[in-house]
Amino acid sequence: MKFHTQRSAALVAVTLSAALTLAACGGGDDGGGGGGEATGAGGGQSGGDLTLTMLPKNLGNPYFDVSTAGAEEAAGELGASIEQVGPEQASPDAQVQYINTAAQQGVGGLIVSANDPTAICDAIDEARDAGTKVVTFDSDTSPDCRDLFVNQATAEGIASKQLELISEQIGGEGEIAILSASANATNQNAWIAMMEDELKNNPDYANIQLVDTVYGDDEDQKSFDETEALLQNHPNLKGIVSPTTVGIAAAARYLQNSQYKGKVALTGLGTPNQMRPYVEDGTVTSFALWNPGDLGYLATYATAALVNGEITGKEGDTFEAGKLGEYTVGPDGVVVLGDPFVFDKDNIGDFDF
Amino acid sequence: MSQPLRHDEGAEASTSEALLVEPSRLSRGRRVLGVVLRSRELSIFLVLVAVVVAATARNSGFLFSADGWRNFLLNPSILLLLAVGQATVIITRNVDLSVGSVMALTAYLTGRLFIDVPGIPVVVVFAAGLAAGALLGLVNGVLVSLARVPSLVITLGTLYAYRGIMLTWAGSERINAGDLPAGFLALANRSVLTVPVLTLVALAVLAVVGYYLYTARGGRELYAIGSDPDAALLYGLGVRRRVMAAFVLSGALAGLAGVVYTARYGTVSSSVGSGFELQAVAAVVIGGVAIFGGSGTVWGAAIGAFLLVTINRALPSLGIADFWQRAVWGALILGAIVLDRVLAARQARRLVRARDVA
Repeated sequence: MKFHTQRSAALVAVTLSAALTLAACGGGDDGGGGGGEATGAGGGQSGGDLTLTMLPKNLGNPYFDVSTAGAEEAAGELGASIEQVGPEQASPDAQVQYINTAAQQGVGGLIVSANDPTAICDAIDEARDAGTKVVTFDSDTSPDCRDLFVNQATAEGIASKQLELISEQIGGEGEIAILSASANATNQNAWIAMMEDELKNNPDYANIQLVDTVYGDDEDQKSFDETEALLQNHPNLKGIVSPTTVGIAAAARYLQNSQYKGKVALTGLGTPNQMRPYVEDGTVTSFALWNPGDLGYLATYATAALVNGEITGKEGDTFEAGKLGEYTVGPDGVVVLGDPFVFDKDNIGDFDF
Repeated sequence: MSQPLRHDEGAEASTSEALLVEPSRLSRGRRVLGVVLRSRELSIFLVLVAVVVAATARNSGFLFSADGWRNFLLNPSILLLLAVGQATVIITRNVDLSVGSVMALTAYLTGRLFIDVPGIPVVVVFAAGLAAGALLGLVNGVLVSLARVPSLVITLGTLYAYRGIMLTWAGSERINAGDLPAGFLALANRSVLTVPVLTLVALAVLAVVGYYLYTARGGRELYAIGSDPDAALLYGLGVRRRVMAAFVLSGALAGLAGVVYTARYGTVSSSVGSGFELQAVAAVVIGGVAIFGGSGTVWGAAIGAFLLVTINRALPSLGIADFWQRAVWGALILGAIVLDRVLAARQARRLVRARDVA
C-alpha cells in the first residue's frame, strides 16, 4: 500500500516534470527508498555533459558490481558521469521508481538490466518521451520499448566455445557427456542442439562422441548425483560439458573428491567465485562465461553513442567502444559483446563475481 | 529347546502366535530369531541387498570402486539423519514437514558462520547447526502441543515460513565452496576404515536414538502416545512434553543434516532441501513405521533411507531412465503401506483368535 502511493506520487511527478523539475526531484527522492545514491545527478544536463544512470537488476549482486565497474571505466574514458541506482530485490516492477527518477532528472542515458521484459516498459516509454536514451544489457525488455540491447553472447558463440574448450582439454578425441539444467530449459537446449550439430559436421571433432545428456535441474544436489551417475555408467568418459553455472560447480565438487579427478575433464559456463577452488586445485582447467565488466563497458559506449547522435539504434549502425573496438548494431537493435570469455588459473584471480 | 510348549501344533504357527500373545513362552534364541525373521526391517533390508547385487552385477564399480563404495555409504547419510528424526515424530502420531526448510536454514547458517567468523572451529559450527535446528524444532513442538492443531498443518505452515526466512536471508546469495575452509570440505572425503566420517556421524546418531527408543522409558512412552494419544493422556504420561521433545529431536537432526549437506556439496543456494521432507517421510514409511504412529523402528527408517538413495543410484546403472525413479519410489511407498495394512489386519485376526482360544 505504501509502495503503491509512492509510485503514484512518482508518476504524478513525472507528468509535471517539464514545468516543475525541482519539485519533481523532491517527490522522486521521497519515493526512492534505496535511491539515495542518485543525489547530485539532477543538475547534470545543463552543460551538455553526458550523464548516465546504471540500473542493475538489484544492488549488492557481485555480478552487477563487476558490470558497473566496467561502466564506470568507460564513463571515465568518455568524460561522462554515471550513477548506479537499483532496488534491493530483483522483483519485476521494483525498477519502475528508479526509471521514473532518472527521467525526472533528465539523464542522457539509462542503462538497465530488466527484471521483467514488460513490467518496466511503461516507465521506459515515459523516460524515452522525456528524451532519455534507454539501453538494456544482460537481460532484455521487449525490443520495441528500448533503443538498444547489449547482448552478452550469441547462442552459436556459447556452443562453439564450449566444444572448443572440451576438445582442447581431452586432446580432441574420446567420449563426452553433457550435464544440463532442466530438460526443458530453452537456452541450454538451444546450445546443446548447436553442439550436437557442430560435433556431427565439424571435422575437428570427428573423434569426439557425445554419449549422454543428463539433467541436473539447476539444483546442486541433483547435478552432483547426475555427475556421479555419468561417471559410473560411462567408464570411458573423457570429459563433461555443463552449460549451466549450477551444474558445472556441482560437477566440479564431485570430481574434486573423486577417483576421476584429473582424469575426466570438465568445462562449461561458470562464474569465477563458484569455480575458483576447483580451478586452483586443478580439478578444472578452464571454463567460459562472458565478462560482465566488458558488458557494462560496451553498454556505456553504446549509450553514449546514442546520446551523442552517432547512432540511432537501427541495424547496420557502427560505433567505437574504446578498448573493445568497433561494434555493429544487428537486427532488432541488438549489439553482441562477442565470444565468451575464458577463465583459467592465470586470470581467475582478477574477477570477483 | 527344552522349554515346555503348551500348544504343540506346527512349530511355525506356534512360534508366530507365541511371539504375538506370550513371547516369554519361547526360548530367548527362538524369540530373537522369530522377531528378526518376521520384522519389516528384514524384508526391506533384503530389497536393499537385491538392488545392490543387481546393480553391482551390471557394473562392478557400483560397489567395488573407491567412489562407488564411498557413495554407497555417504550419499544416504543426510537422508538418514532426517529419517531418524522423522521416524521419532511419526511414532508419536505426528509428522514434521518442516525438516527440508530447517535443513536449508542451517546449511546456509553454516556457510555464513564460516564467512562472517573467520577461523571458527568446525566443532562449533556443528554445535550451532544442531542448536539452531533444535530451536526451530522447538517452535514446531510448542505450536503442535500447545495449540492442539494437527502437526500436519502446523509444520506445513513452518515449512513455508522457514523457507521464507531462508529466501529473505539468503536472497540470490550463494555459499560457494571457495567460501568454506578446506578442512571442513575435506570432511566429506575423510574416512575411517573406508567408512566416511559423515556416515559414522549419522550411524552414531542412529545408534543412540534407536537404543533410547528401544529401551528407555521415555522412548517407550513415545510408542504409547502414538498408539493411542488419549489413553496415554489418561494414563498420566507427559504427552505434551514427549511430543515436544520429539519435534526438538527432529529439528536438531535436520540442523545437523544441514551442516553435513554443506560439507558434502560445498554449495548452498536458497532452494536447498526443497522436497526433502517428503523424502524423509517416504524413507520412514518404506522402513516400516506406521504413518499413524505407535509402531516401527528407526532402524527400519534408516534402511528405508539407504534404499531410496541406493535405488536412485542404481537405476541409471540398470539402464532405467531417471524419469522412472520417482515412479519406483511411489511403487515402494504404496507397497509398504499395503503391506502395513495387510500385516495389521492379520495381526488383529490372530489376536482375536488367540483370545477366543484362551
